[in-house]
This record gives sequence, structure tokens and C-alpha cells, in this order.
Amino acid sequence: MKKQLFALLFALVPMAALAAGGEGVHLRSMSPDLENQASLQSGMKLYVNYCMGCHSLEYQRFSRAAEDLDMPQVLVEDNLIFSPDLGYNDQMHKAMSAEDAEVWFGKAPPDLTLEARLRGTDWIYTYLLSFYRDSERATGVNNVVFPSVGMPNVLEPLQGVQEQVCAASDHAVGDAELDPLTGKFQSCETLQITSPGSMEPKEFEQAVYDLTNFLAYVGEPSKLHAQALGPKVLIFIFLFGIVAYFLKREYWRDIH
Amino acid sequence: MANPNKAKAERGLMRWIDDRFPATQMWQEHLSEYYAPKNFNFWYFFGSLALLVLVNQILTGVWLTMSFNPSAEGAFASVEYIMRDVEYGWLIRYMHSTGASAFFLVVYLHMFRGLLYGSYKAPRELVWIFGMAIYLALMAEAFMGYLLPWGQMSYWGAQVIISLFSAIPGIGPDLAQWVRGDYLISGITLNRFFALHVVALPIVILALVVLHIIALHEVGSNNPDGIDIKAKKDETGKPLDGIPFHPYYTVKDIVGVAVFLFVFCAVIFYFPEGGGYFLEKPNFEPANPLKTPDHIAPVWYFTPFYAILRAITFSLFGLDAKFLGVIFMGAAIAVLFVLPWLDRSPVRSIRYKGWISKIMLVLFAISFVILGVLGVLPPTAGRTLLAQVCTVIYFAFFLLMPIYTRLEKTKPVPERVTG
Amino acid sequence: MADNGVNKGRRRFLVGATSVVGAVGTVGVAVPFVASWQPSARARAAGAPVQADISKLEPGQRMTVEWRGRPVWVINRTPEMIERTEALGEDVLADPESAKPQQPGYAGGHLRSIRPEIGVLVGICTHLGCSPLFKPEPNAEGVGVVDWPGGFFCPCHGSRFDLAGRVFRNVPAPVNLEVPPYYFVNESVIVVGEDGEGA
Repeated sequence: MKKQLFALLFALVPMAALAAGGEGVHLRSMSPDLENQASLQSGMKLYVNYCMGCHSLEYQRFSRAAEDLDMPQVLVEDNLIFSPDLGYNDQMHKAMSAEDAEVWFGKAPPDLTLEARLRGTDWIYTYLLSFYRDSERATGVNNVVFPSVGMPNVLEPLQGVQEQVCAASDHAVGDAELDPLTGKFQSCETLQITSPGSMEPKEFEQAVYDLTNFLAYVGEPSKLHAQALGPKVLIFIFLFGIVAYFLKREYWRDIH
Repeated sequence: MANPNKAKAERGLMRWIDDRFPATQMWQEHLSEYYAPKNFNFWYFFGSLALLVLVNQILTGVWLTMSFNPSAEGAFASVEYIMRDVEYGWLIRYMHSTGASAFFLVVYLHMFRGLLYGSYKAPRELVWIFGMAIYLALMAEAFMGYLLPWGQMSYWGAQVIISLFSAIPGIGPDLAQWVRGDYLISGITLNRFFALHVVALPIVILALVVLHIIALHEVGSNNPDGIDIKAKKDETGKPLDGIPFHPYYTVKDIVGVAVFLFVFCAVIFYFPEGGGYFLEKPNFEPANPLKTPDHIAPVWYFTPFYAILRAITFSLFGLDAKFLGVIFMGAAIAVLFVLPWLDRSPVRSIRYKGWISKIMLVLFAISFVILGVLGVLPPTAGRTLLAQVCTVIYFAFFLLMPIYTRLEKTKPVPERVTG
Repeated sequence: MADNGVNKGRRRFLVGATSVVGAVGTVGVAVPFVASWQPSARARAAGAPVQADISKLEPGQRMTVEWRGRPVWVINRTPEMIERTEALGEDVLADPESAKPQQPGYAGGHLRSIRPEIGVLVGICTHLGCSPLFKPEPNAEGVGVVDWPGGFFCPCHGSRFDLAGRVFRNVPAPVNLEVPPYYFVNESVIVVGEDGEGA
């Protein structure tokens, strides 16, 4: 009977452990900083160069990003808008058609406007850093966070070739156990760059941070407005509360 | 007051209106000469706060309909259109989504106040029943509203809840199909939920709120001591322990409103997702009838009942677990309606009830919260057992009430209100 | 309840203070609701300036571009057309000097344009919003006058405009046709809906 009820409610719910990007994976944390415009601008540049070929930002307008990230229109038009079909006020649509994508990847690459809100920034950050060589895959790479992912490692020219090796790492991976002596994690799933790319590892991590930061901004551009407006509203309500409290106290002198 | 002519003119205008519409009479009956007990405490803020949230929901809701597109193709995108392209659309949308959670929070606290001080007992049975009807309508309103953004959680949440209808033997599957208007949840379902959410149910809720307040003002407010203030009146006929609602409780409620708004706005501006409980993560992905999200759980305000539904994992009297779960879930809400007749205690307030009542109320509150927490978690054997224990306590609180409230020894109730 | 010991001044002050702060708060709450009726980013994007290629526009021809859902005419006036238009004066036109603000400052003069041959006009009659017909040839049929210098004729209520969009006397339309903001990117590309730099 128990099974039947679960079948009713959860027949369609794959168990969390089986799902792609199961909870067993340690995610490296990153905290978005929407005040850091240099980072957001660099993130947007990386996005249009490396991601937007396949992934749209269907709800994000170039013009809105330009305003929020303080970039002049001419600069955006000349350096960030590649498609002749797209204008400054348009949403950031991908170059590839959905049909082509189906053919090439078996599945249309998802829109990423809300990816940061859907999966969280830690996930995106770790995912982009966790590609490794896997000759069994058609794309030549696999991903720790998203096993058997259909996407190739488009950032490989920047990152270099990363492979799984037996080594110690600062970050927990897979079944890694903390070595109390070194304070590092020893595992045979440790990711290591075996052939350098155009960026130093630190530089690349910063680039991925910027890209993730940009996606955090795109997920909720109103957050900038909310953070600007919030303190004013709260201070106003606080003052109103004080005045109201004195009014209440004055009237309630009558009672008792 | 400074200008006698102006004051005279105002009196003239009021008389002109009063000859045609009972404005002054209504003001007096419901505010300036509505005598409320003077010992209202913290728990008495939530009625007026619920009214405030209702106004917020209606106002922001009307504005959202101006830009929302109630179709399967356009709904999700139109929410993002509101969030990004419409001036201040994000603020209005967050006011509405946060308002939904705030509504249930204040309503639960308001209902708990009723349980604490016996506000449902005679002569306030109808006040309680109208209130329960509001709660029921509010659940329907919230459920239908949650489908509208057409995200994954909207879709699969609605899928699970509508599937509950199919548990009813015989007519179940046909009924579920009739509710959906399709073989699956589709744009047709979205459209009818939209109509009910923005037109029909708000009208029902507003009408019930009016009935709730009229019934309350007919019998007068209860108080933390649960005693009848109308029993002791001065020579002019005013209750000795009563004070006019206006200005005393209006100024007091304004302070409550300020505190509430501070918290409410802090959530809107800084935590609009409410940690994933007010806006759930899977809802940032458009509805996909072919793929269920990894975790589905109803919004937090439904989870206690959802946990009861899931706790029923056995069949009984020839009814299978699925249908039995639905019955228990329905009964958990239905039993609240008959509460006024289950409580046989000679006193109203928990302050003067016996220790069994106190323990039962505490156990009830704890199990309700535990059920709420369990409802958002995936089920395990241990959790299901805990949910079953809490379900038993939930029902024991109500069903044993006629026995323990009659058996237990109550404390003497004071003549006049205290503190 | 009894009035003894009540500080009326203090009470009145606090009622006033709470009311004022409350009123300010109410206005503050109204701001987002009022502002949300402004054109949204989508509407603004749809109403953004449009580019038009005029290299294929032959002398004497007209092309129509859409800007903010309205037809905008670009006409390439021949020297004869310019001559005929310049010759018109106060005896036949209601506002020959374009005194009424129906055009940006840089589109002044009798021809109401930046370059004399290229005229840019919003093709909506200033009477009741019909779109007038292009009747460029002198003494064209069906414009209701004999001495027609070429221009635009509104079939709805018979308003007439010359090739610079100036309204004739004794017709229902009160003012000249509107000239939208525009500028030339180069010889053959024009942007409608935005003032040029330095304008």
C-alpha cells in the first residue's frame, strides 16, 4: 500500500540521488557581487563570446544590461552585438536556430536567463570549472557536476585541458576525504590541468566568477533597484512606526 | 474647530449625507462606538493585518493582470516581462508573491488566537465558520494563483493536487478531467484558473470578509480572558471593560501595521524568494509536461495537510490508501468547521481551562508545525512514521475535545478583564 | 475617555504627524503603481528609432517607413517640386513659416527639412488621424481644387498639404503635418525617431 501511495505522488519524481547533478557533489561557493561592474562587464563579454552562440538570454535586453552595467550604447553595439538581426534594444537571442541545435546536440541548449535562480550560482560556478577529459564521450569531455552532459567545454581554449588524476586538492571532490595533516582532499577524481590554456588557473577562475556573476545579474536585474530602494523604504517605515507608537501611547494614557 | 463656520458646513454636509446614506451610523457602529475589550494583546493584531494584506493582494493583483498573459504559450514569458520590462513590475510582483505567504502567516496566527482564547465558542460560532470559509476560499485562491506563472512547480503542484480528485471512487478520473478541461493540465486549465483567481474567488473572499466582520460586530469581540464584557455596563450602557475601537485600537493597529510592513518590505527587497519557500526554485523554469522537477513540494502554507495526505500509507475499511489520504486531508480541514461544538468547556480562554486542554493545544501546535516541515521534505520511512504520529495528535486534539474539556477541572473566571 | 489630564495640543500634534507621514507613505506606495503605466521596455524597444535606406528613392518618389506604429513618409523632391513648393505663400497656406511647433528646430524653412530635396513627414493628418494620399503631380485629379501645386490630400475630410507638409487654408486640418526627429547617418541612410548628435 505504501508503495502505491508513493507511486501516486512520486511516480514522476526521480529520486534526488539519481537526478543529474545529484546532491552528492560538493559545490564550490561563490558569492555574486552586483556592485562590481568591472566583473559584470567582463562576464557579459565572455557570455556573448562563448555562450550566446547556443544559449539565449531570452528575457534580457542588451540595452538593459548596458544601462545597468554602465556601458555606452556605441560600445555595446560595436563589441557585444554580433548578429546583424539583433539591435541594441533587442533581447539577447542566440545565433543558432533551435532546429540546428536539436540536430547537433540532440536537445536544444536551454535558455539561461533564469539559470542562476533555477540552479544557484554555486552550481554554475562549479559546473564551469568541472569539465574534464573523457575519451568515451562524443564531445571528448565529461563533467563532475553534470555527468554525461551534452555540452562541450567551450572554455577549454581559456582553461586548458583538465583531467581527473589521483592527487590532493583544496576542494572536496567526489569521494574525497580530508587529510587532517595537509588540510587537503586526497582523491583520484581530483581535477588537474594537464595542458595549459591561454589563461592562468587563477585568471580562469576569475573569468568563470565574472561569467557566473553576470548570470546572477541577468537572473534578477531588479535586484539592483531593490537594493537601492530597500533602505529608503525601511527607514521610512521605521520613522512612521516611531510616530505611530507615540500616538498610540498618547491615546492609551486614557485607559487603565 | 478653529473655524466655526467650516465646522458648521461640515456638519451640514454630514447631515445631508446621513439623510441619504447611514455614513455616521456605520462609522459609529463599527468604529467610534464599537466597544472592544481593553485587554487585547499581541494576538489581536492579525485580524486587521489580514485585511491589510487582502487590500495589498487585490491592488497588486489588479496591476499584475494588466501585463499578465493567461496562456500556456505566454504566461511564463509575461511574468518575466513584468519582472523586467514593466516599470516597477518587479516590485508589484514581489508584493503579490510575498503577500500570498504573508496572508497565510497572519491568517494562521489569527486562527491560533481563536483556539487560544475560545473565540469560536457561543455566541461566536458564525464568526468562526465565516472565518473558516474565508480560509477555504483563500486556499483555493492561492492554489489557482500558483498555477498562473506556469513554471515547473506551478505545473506539477497543480498536477498532484488535481490528481487528488481522481482518488474519489467511481467519478474520480472524470472529475479530475473536468477540472482540467483537458487530458493534461494545459492552457485551458490555466485560463479557467485565471478567471477564478482574479474574478470569482476575490468576490467570494470579499463577501465572506464582510460577513465575518458583521457577525463579529453583532456579538462583539472576545478577549484573552474569554469573558463577556457586555455583562458589566456603566449607567450610559457602555461596557465597563470596553473601549471604542476608534481611536484606541486604530492607533494601536497602526503600530502593528508599521511593524508588519517593516518585516514585509524587508522580505520584498532582500529575500523575495523566501529561501525558496515563497518562490520555489523549479518555478524559474517554464512548465514542461514531460519532465517532473527533482523535488516537488507544495508551497509552505499547504504542507501540513500535504503531510497528512502522505502519512496515510495503509488501507482501511476497504478504502485504498490513496483515497483514504484524501479523506484524511479533507477531514483535517473539515473538522475545524465543527470546532465550536466540540469544545464543551464552561470557559472560553485557555487561561482558565484545565491542564489537559493546555497540553493538547501545545501538542497540536507542535504537531501542526512538524507536519508543515515534513510536507516540504521527501518522505522516508522515519518521516512517514513521524507524520503518522502527528496526524494522530492533530485529530486527537479535535476528536477528544468533547471528552477532555468536560472532564477537566477549570479555574474560576474573573468578574472583570485582567491586565 | 474622560478629558481630564489630556494634553490636547500634544495629541493634535501626534495625530497630525502620523497623518502627514502616513500620507507621504501612501503617495510613495502610489508611485510604482502609477509609474508602471509608463511605456514598458518592450514598448520603448518597439518605438525605438528606425533606420531607412534612401539610396533607391528616385526623385519625385515617396517611401514609407513605420515608426511607433505610424507611417513616416520620406519623399525625394525634384527641383521643380521644390520650386513649386517655395512659391506658395500666405495667401494659400495657413502657416507657411511653420510658426507652430510641428517640427524640430533643425527642420525649419519653407521646406521643413534638413536637406532641401529629402522631406520627412509623419503621414497622419492633423485633423482626425487619417493618412493622406500622395498627389505629387500638378493639377492632379480628385483633390477638389483646380490650381493644385502637388502635395498630400486627405480623403477623409478633404484636408490638403503641400510637399513640405504645410496645411492649406480653408481645410479642416488645423496645423502642418508633423516632422519627426531624424538625422542622416550618411548620404543614403536616415534614422527616424531620434535627433542627430549636436542637434
